[in-house]
Amino acid sequence: MQKQLLLGVEAVARGAIDAGISGVYAYPGTPSTEITEYIQESRVAIARGIHRQWSANEKTAMESALGMSYAGKRALVCMKHVGMNVAADCFMNAAVTGINGGMVVVAADDPSMHSSQNEQDSRVYGKFALVPVLEPADQQEAYDMTRHAFDLSEQWGLPVLLRVTTRMAHSRAGVTTAPPNDENALHYPEDRRQFVLLPVNARERYRSLLGKQPDIARESDASPCNRYTDGEDRSLGIVACGIAYNYLMEVFDGRPPHPVVKVSRYPLPRKMIERLAAECDRLLVLEEGYPVVEELLRGYLAKEPVAGRLDGTLPRDGELDADRVAAALGIPRRATTMDVPGIVVARPPALCAGCSHRDVYRALNEVMTAYPGGRVFSDIGCYTLGALPPFQSIDTTVDMGASITMAKGAADAGLSPAVCVIGDSTFAHSGMTGLLDCVTEGTPVTIIISDNESVSMTGGQDSAAAGRVEAICRGIGVEEAHLRVLHPVPRNHDELCRVIRDEIEYPGVSVIVPRRPCIQKASRDKKKQQRTP
Amino acid sequence: MKTDIILAGVGGQGILSIAAVLGSAAITNNLYMKQAETHGMSQRGGDVQSHARLSDRPVYSDLIARGTADIILSVEPMEALRYLPYLKEDGYVVTSSAPLVNVPDYPPLEALREALEALPRRVIVDAEALAREAAGNARASNVVMLGAASPFIEIPFEYLERGVIAIFERKGDGVTDMNLKALRAGRQFAREHAG
Repeated sequence: MQKQLLLGVEAVARGAIDAGISGVYAYPGTPSTEITEYIQESRVAIARGIHRQWSANEKTAMESALGMSYAGKRALVCMKHVGMNVAADCFMNAAVTGINGGMVVVAADDPSMHSSQNEQDSRVYGKFALVPVLEPADQQEAYDMTRHAFDLSEQWGLPVLLRVTTRMAHSRAGVTTAPPNDENALHYPEDRRQFVLLPVNARERYRSLLGKQPDIARESDASPCNRYTDGEDRSLGIVACGIAYNYLMEVFDGRPPHPVVKVSRYPLPRKMIERLAAECDRLLVLEEGYPVVEELLRGYLAKEPVAGRLDGTLPRDGELDADRVAAALGIPRRATTMDVPGIVVARPPALCAGCSHRDVYRALNEVMTAYPGGRVFSDIGCYTLGALPPFQSIDTTVDMGASITMAKGAADAGLSPAVCVIGDSTFAHSGMTGLLDCVTEGTPVTIIISDNESVSMTGGQDSAAAGRVEAICRGIGVEEAHLRVLHPVPRNHDELCRVIRDEIEYPGVSVIVPRRPCIQKASRDKKKQQRTP
Repeated sequence: MKTDIILAGVGGQGILSIAAVLGSAAITNNLYMKQAETHGMSQRGGDVQSHARLSDRPVYSDLIARGTADIILSVEPMEALRYLPYLKEDGYVVTSSAPLVNVPDYPPLEALREALEALPRRVIVDAEALAREAAGNARASNVVMLGAASPFIEIPFEYLERGVIAIFERKGDGVTDMNLKALRAGRQFAREHAG
């Protein structure tokens, strides 16, 4: 069968479809977005009627997937690494309830923070929840292991976490696929108490989860995901996790002289690691993200010499590559012959020419000059670029929805005026409950929902709040007189300034909604329309 | 054979269409290929790069190591220089000469031209003009650039032609022909002007 050229995340999507999923649940986030997009476009998924709409946030996605699993069908839920924080409540408890139909959680980590706020390592979540974790090294493994993860999930009655990182997620390679499975039939849990986490049930379920751990760990040694390869030079033994294995192979042109344990399934294959430690003088751990494995092997009291990211053999932060791995192995690399000429300057990303956020920031900057004590709390999205020149309009960006709630806390502390800028989709994701807090207390905050009717940074997915922003605000209790909808274009600049100023002067909750569609999305939609007459 | 290519440009310039042709050329001829892209925030007018690795043996790393790239293929002249530390000693820089000025401190064009012409092995292409002249449409300039890099890519030129056909055929014969002409014009230019 001919190989298909797939992104790592597309290979995950295809693997899930071929594993017989009945639904994908997700909120867009780099580098996970294309999993759901691939399923949305897939002929098999469309023909089968697989659920493939975006969810409002990662928590609703995780819970919906668990519901589908409850009903006996296979469900995929995907998110970027920080989405795991939003979904963690459900994730942790889904390990305790266990699953019915197979459930696989994909966390796409972003070491080096190419498009993120931190580089947290989702393998820690897997350990935290006590569920098996798979970490494919390449695109073919991404396909194979996604299929395998669903079997594993049903075998152990647990959700399985699949961890990918940016480099594999957003790199294409040839992938061989196999015919798809049928979907599971609807079938309900045998024990009605399984999903009722009253303390009396939860204790029992938790003991059952703990009881599975030794066998799950033992199975890691027999799993085809992990592999021991012998080598003649036993001065060093190498543990290579996930994509780090590729860099090791690159450095040695596919033939490392040292014994190697390739790890793509956790908990660690203990026997393989013990053998490696027994046969080799020293160990080197190559892993993308946190020193999760290294810490485990090193321990506080252990005597084995273990090198990795903790002792500085590899850098503690940032993604790995072949150069960094070669340096850790003490292997000289080909010298670079040319430096970057001094005339080359940085080219940071910027808001598109003609973007509505530009009109919002232009007006906001003008108004805020009169309020030196004021601060602008912002959020996650294209408008985060308002922190950079030429606007430099915003003072905070922390997590999805934190603009409104941080503005509230700052206002509670006496900061005035507390202004916030949040996008329509981020508002739907995690801003609504914060707005409710503000309304409940009548906090003096001016909230600008810069509405471009799209999740733009990730490629223009539909916003869950599309067409409903005012209705949501009214429903939460924002006063009609202080709910202001505007059209942010240059000719309305003065009006925009006036409204922002008026609402800053109002000592209660105001919501201003400058609304104009994302120009990127508008042009894509236009092209799509031209293609399909 | 093995060819490692750094594709460079600015978010929105469509370097991934070049990658798509390379990918199709590789996969339909049973070559190994890995091609790492930049998605997300940097797509908004920032510098973007893609590492494309073609080989007749398995490719391990998704990323190209420093000092080992065979070609830097850039659709913007300043971006061509940004990745020079990746180029191997006898590697080629193939770049469009058309600057995309979206930062206030963009270097003087004369200095930029001098820096490019000082490179020992480079092809500097006025890709838009060549695309207009040879293919009748400036939008084929990225494919002109691929054509200009093609003499240094160790796969038969027919593979790339078939790649162009595979990627553009759904847009109709006119678009496919236009891009084939662009590809050939770029190749011809590089053969005459590689310095």
